[in-house]
Amino acid sequence: MQRNILEYLEKTVQEFPDKIAFANDTELMTFRQLSENAKAIGSFLIGQAHEKEPVVVFMGKRPRTIATFMGVLYAGCYYVPIDEEMPKQRIELIFQSLGSMSIICDSETKSILESYNYNGKLYGYDEIIKTVVNDKALEEIRSRQIDTDPVYIVFTSGSTGIPKGVVACHRSVIDYIDNLVVVMGFDNNTVFGNQAPLYVDGCLKDAFSTIKLGATAYLIPKKLFMFPLKLAEYLNNNKINTICWVASAISLLSSFGVLEKETPKYLKTIAFGSEVFPIKQLQIYKKYLPNARYFNLYGPTEATGMSCYYEVKRDFELDEVIPIGKPFDNTEIILLDENKKRTKFGEPGEICIRGTSVTLGYYKDFEKTAKVFIQNPLNDLYPEVIYCTGDMGRYNEFGELIYISRKDNQIKHMGYRIELNEIELAANMMDKVKSACCIFDDVKKKILLFYSGDIAKDEIINHMKEKLPRYMIPNVIEQVESMPFTLSGKINRMQLKETYLNRKENNNG
Amino acid sequence: MDKLIKILSEMHPEIDYDKNNKLIDNNVLDSFDIVTLISEINDEFDITIPVEEIVPENFNSAKALYELIERLQDN
Repeated sequence: MQRNILEYLEKTVQEFPDKIAFANDTELMTFRQLSENAKAIGSFLIGQAHEKEPVVVFMGKRPRTIATFMGVLYAGCYYVPIDEEMPKQRIELIFQSLGSMSIICDSETKSILESYNYNGKLYGYDEIIKTVVNDKALEEIRSRQIDTDPVYIVFTSGSTGIPKGVVACHRSVIDYIDNLVVVMGFDNNTVFGNQAPLYVDGCLKDAFSTIKLGATAYLIPKKLFMFPLKLAEYLNNNKINTICWVASAISLLSSFGVLEKETPKYLKTIAFGSEVFPIKQLQIYKKYLPNARYFNLYGPTEATGMSCYYEVKRDFELDEVIPIGKPFDNTEIILLDENKKRTKFGEPGEICIRGTSVTLGYYKDFEKTAKVFIQNPLNDLYPEVIYCTGDMGRYNEFGELIYISRKDNQIKHMGYRIELNEIELAANMMDKVKSACCIFDDVKKKILLFYSGDIAKDEIINHMKEKLPRYMIPNVIEQVESMPFTLSGKINRMQLKETYLNRKENNNG
Repeated sequence: MDKLIKILSEMHPEIDYDKNNKLIDNNVLDSFDIVTLISEINDEFDITIPVEEIVPENFNSAKALYELIERLQDN
């Protein structure tokens, strides 16, 4: 039985040594190079006596970054992906959460790190890939590893302002990828166009499916997602036939009329996830790419990537939502009511996940873990953990699962998961801000920040940029005389939102 | 031009839009900004920026962007 995801690479490198595994606009890497670089990095880390530790990989969206992930695993460690597009303060918070760790960077990111207050171990990619491979040491490490050892820690937005590190193990990733490739029909002819950044679990679909199957993945430069026509040309030039993108990226091609002008004619599998995909855009896709297969994917980071899928096989009205369908094999979805009892068919309940894909929990935070990774309330006979997503769902008349909304203040914006509280906290950190409240306009897809206090908007935006990643910066910032409050003394979010929307309407009308 | 500068300043108040002519090359604007920017411009100036015009050259400076808007308004 497979215990380690590196077995994917070891099998594929035998079959397709000289095939391109990963490429971007500046570099490409065959499976042989991927394997050799990974083993060299693994041997290096073993030489430095790192084992069962987090290793931060602070590198850009490049094939070498994936080789480094694999290298970290060869050493029996787990990788923590960090990207230069995260702001300094957030990265420092992540370093604090990790505590003891080491970092691998390359010449591009090294200069960024120099401005940090980091005195720990730091290794350069270009140097460590020159290490002579120590097969005996690699084997020894492998023999000590078990399949519940971690693969990675991915950090997501936390409502207390401190990012949470989700720890996933080999067993969960193998379970996810093995089931995913069957459902989606991926094989060695699949050519992925990767959109998800390498520091989110969204990239597992492209990266690990490629390694398992001997497929090829093009890591599409971030900049292309600004220029839809160039993006479509890129897809065609590289004969990309599979995209698993966030809905907003997929809409970029359909909403600007690109599908008509430069049809990405090789596409045959199109999967959207992480947020609701509008039916209008789906219809445009089906018009220009009628033979492609369309999938809606759903899942939280805490359950290793995606947990549910729905293949679009019927037509939808414009006001319908595309179901999230059903769980992958070996995963069960349980809908629970407020009293942690199973809801009746058709009634809304919190989506809870049971299965091997449920991750280990939050790094160094047993308290937070215990709140959402709980004993299955339907089982009082033996220990069994389920993950409570905080997402509300229900079954439709066809028995398909539908996503309804969040229980709390978490939102999805441009495919990223964001706690609105985290944005509020960043604003409230400023002395001159008396009170701040963050709301999501789910129609226009804008993050709105309202604040009171004697301070200019510019100052707030500049402060936010230092604290938060780009996708969390409010799209609209408005000053109010004073915050409206509810009877219970909480900020009245409804009233703020209504006042804002009414005023917008009056302005336009 | 003022209306355009206002839209841009809401996104990045720290940028001097009179001088900066490398908004794309220097990663000032990202994909989030472009999508927002296009929809705001379409609303504010009552035009539709066709996809052929969504290219780096037209978004590298406020001046280039404004010339694009004028060109589209003339048609």
